[in-house]
Amino acid sequence: MLLFAAVLCLLIVLPIGWLVVFAFTDRARNPTLANFYTLFTDPAFVDPLLTTLTIAISVSVICCAVAAPMGWIVARTDMPWRGAVRVLVMASFVTPPFLGAIAWELLAAPNSGLLNQLYRGATGAGPDVAPLNIYTMTGLIFVIACYTFPYVFVLVANALDRIPGDLEDASSMLGGSAWNTARRITIPLALPALVAGALVAFLQAMTLFGSPAILALPAGFHTMTTKIWSLFQYPPKPELGAAASLPLLVLTVVLLRAQAAVLGRRGYTVVGGKSGPPRPIRLRALRWPALALCLVMLCLPVFLPYGALINAAFSRVASQPLTAATFTLHNVYFVFFELSATKLAMKNTFLLGMMAATGCTALALVTAYLTSRAAVTGHRALAFLATAPIAIPGIVLGVGLFLAYTRGPVVLYGTLWILLIAYVTIELPAAYQQLQSAFRSLSPELEEASRILGASRLRTLRDVTAPLLGPSLVATWCFVFVAVVRELSAAVILFTSETKVLSVLIFDLKESGDLAAIAVLGLAMLILTSLVIIAANRVPGFGGGRVGLRNA
Amino acid sequence: MNFLSRRQVLGAAGAAAVSGLSTRVLSAAPAAVSVTPELIAAARKEGKLNFYTAMDLPVAEKLAKAFEAKYPGISVRVERAGSERVFQRIAQEMGSNIRNVDIVNTSDAAHVIFWKRNAWLAPFVPLDVAEHWQPQYKDPDGTWATARIYLSVIAYNTKLVTPDEAPKSFAQLLEPKWMSKLVKGHPGYSGTVMTATHQMARDLGWGFFERLATQKVMQVQSSVDPPKKIALGERAVMVDGGDYNVFIHKQQGAPVEVVYASEGSPTISSPNAIFAGAVNPNAARLFHCWMCSGEGQQFLVDMTGQYPPHGQVKAHPERKPLSEIKLMREDPVEVEAKADEIKARYVSIFKV
Repeated sequence: MLLFAAVLCLLIVLPIGWLVVFAFTDRARNPTLANFYTLFTDPAFVDPLLTTLTIAISVSVICCAVAAPMGWIVARTDMPWRGAVRVLVMASFVTPPFLGAIAWELLAAPNSGLLNQLYRGATGAGPDVAPLNIYTMTGLIFVIACYTFPYVFVLVANALDRIPGDLEDASSMLGGSAWNTARRITIPLALPALVAGALVAFLQAMTLFGSPAILALPAGFHTMTTKIWSLFQYPPKPELGAAASLPLLVLTVVLLRAQAAVLGRRGYTVVGGKSGPPRPIRLRALRWPALALCLVMLCLPVFLPYGALINAAFSRVASQPLTAATFTLHNVYFVFFELSATKLAMKNTFLLGMMAATGCTALALVTAYLTSRAAVTGHRALAFLATAPIAIPGIVLGVGLFLAYTRGPVVLYGTLWILLIAYVTIELPAAYQQLQSAFRSLSPELEEASRILGASRLRTLRDVTAPLLGPSLVATWCFVFVAVVRELSAAVILFTSETKVLSVLIFDLKESGDLAAIAVLGLAMLILTSLVIIAANRVPGFGGGRVGLRNA
Repeated sequence: MNFLSRRQVLGAAGAAAVSGLSTRVLSAAPAAVSVTPELIAAARKEGKLNFYTAMDLPVAEKLAKAFEAKYPGISVRVERAGSERVFQRIAQEMGSNIRNVDIVNTSDAAHVIFWKRNAWLAPFVPLDVAEHWQPQYKDPDGTWATARIYLSVIAYNTKLVTPDEAPKSFAQLLEPKWMSKLVKGHPGYSGTVMTATHQMARDLGWGFFERLATQKVMQVQSSVDPPKKIALGERAVMVDGGDYNVFIHKQQGAPVEVVYASEGSPTISSPNAIFAGAVNPNAARLFHCWMCSGEGQQFLVDMTGQYPPHGQVKAHPERKPLSEIKLMREDPVEVEAKADEIKARYVSIFKV
């Protein structure tokens, strides 16, 4: 246990420690508050801070408004093709936010965007009319929300999956209507997941680097993450960068405390020893409108952007619609046979994805177990450590790790290990939150029964808890794998030409405007990631189906 | 425990020199070397080459493939990013003792001055450079040689702008009719734009940029991007960007056309430099020899229309000769001294 805690400490405290040191000192390492003074008075820093907060709040609200109803429809009703909708939401999650931003650029750039061209063609408007302009703050909020809502959806849908039927049956037997049941039983039980989802969405939007890096520069503003990135261009100003990231850290801690206060000490256990599967709500006439609503919502993160990417991948000019005349395989040929970095980037990405997913899930499992069962003293500190990295922007964590591991005694810069550490650290909070949610809904009585019958803690974990958590473990593994493949902000600081990954390759291609190559790589990334996820869900012993609980 | 600063970098370089990892800067250029079978064999033995460059990616990859076709057995890995980012990456790698870069082709000629001063470059003079290069295009100590010359130009989309309406000078870009119609690169990322910005600020004054900033210019990063943006039709006119990129798009049928500003077009010379601690030094030398040979230079001219520094290679027939274009004078020494100041001032004017 002590060793485990020490590892967690090292992973997290080391980069944060360096950050604090740099934030409170100047070039010569004398203590000073000058960095914070600059941060809060210089408009070049205050504006990005306000912009970031606006974006994060807007995204969080939009995501909850969209994902909660969708999650409820998919998990608790009998809408047809629910499984397909779930898969499509996963497709939305698999898309890296920066790739989505590029795809939306292809769609909604004011002059060359495909949707704007369609509008002009359909209405006969003049060449300067553009109803959609992606190079604005609204455009950025929209794109971020598109690719953040899966977080909320997954949390809400999983929570609703686990609510057993007898609670709702009891409510309807006592005379409650479907709406009353939903309002007084289902929603309160799903509340922890929704609040957790809102928080995750807020923090993701606040610390995102990829989409702002693509859209904010042409739009002419900075967010905190792009500002921090610009501070590390040559010549670097790490003290200001560290100072700029501390407010983000403080904000997260405050939000996490608020979440704990709101949820209080109410029990949300739903999987006990005596429950049955939930009854889906019959929508009857509303089934097809509900499906239509889901599909329309999915147009935005999935159908339209992928359409744009396919268009760009196979046409000679990305802003022209794909026809038989403009079709070409030249771009595919270029990416796979001429571009010399492709093979290496793909190999690195998938290797790191597998290693990070496995390591992170294991670490999160043990941590979640220790904290939700209060099995060791200091478990609250452990919980804090596990969720602390969520507040550090990936890019700043990258810099912290760079500072920590480019000089002795352990030099990891230039190897895949430093990227692995970065990925595990970044994804640990999300994995931990997911597994903790899963643990929270498992009543201890099953484990206590096992202990009473003489099994050790480890045996209980292996034979009782882990199988019940099977689907959650697979979901978390896939989640971390996908998150690693789409991670850019830390990778862009820590990579070298030997350890380049796909996200950095795409980012480099965006700098030079090679949209066709980006489209081909993006589609290849999606296909390969989907294959890995499908394979993972077929691993015997876990499976993707719900754990069937039989009545005694 | 300090982050990378110039002082640290110089200190590291000094330490590296002491430990024998870098060669001394000679006071006179080494003897010119032609391609010998021994060099080819040594390069083949190394088998690979890490080529860092800021030139347009498809161009760099085709160049690499042409080299691989000429000398089979040497595989070239191209690392492409804007010159300023390449500079940052190399500094990071040097500071951590990572020897990855073998040869660089940068679009910011000030960088080689910095690298040479830190003793990071290995002197090497191909025979072609010794015999056919003008003095201003090579280092007297042999640590670098210009491989390609081009201009940063105004250009426009011919479907959106007629030749009569097209701007003829930088001053005309400030007219209200070009509001929200312009695109340009950023000197924080692109060496071409860095060099061009220095020349334009010197010759036109910073007032030009301050007034340009009110035109709602679309800001992109690399100098190869504005030509792409006008070819896409996203914006009508580019303020700066590589003329060879416009040429390539035009050859492929895109509706784009170059304008040589009446105040002068900024000149960009792009040097090659071999790094002292290179893992594949012979492959790097062979590549440098090939790129500076008549054959390599002709390949660049045919594919991209850039102006060759090689005295015996003629420019592309469809390009206007340099002697007929009004040019702005290049000054890498001043760029090297003022780069940070220029970037800071640009950022404060354009806000990104």
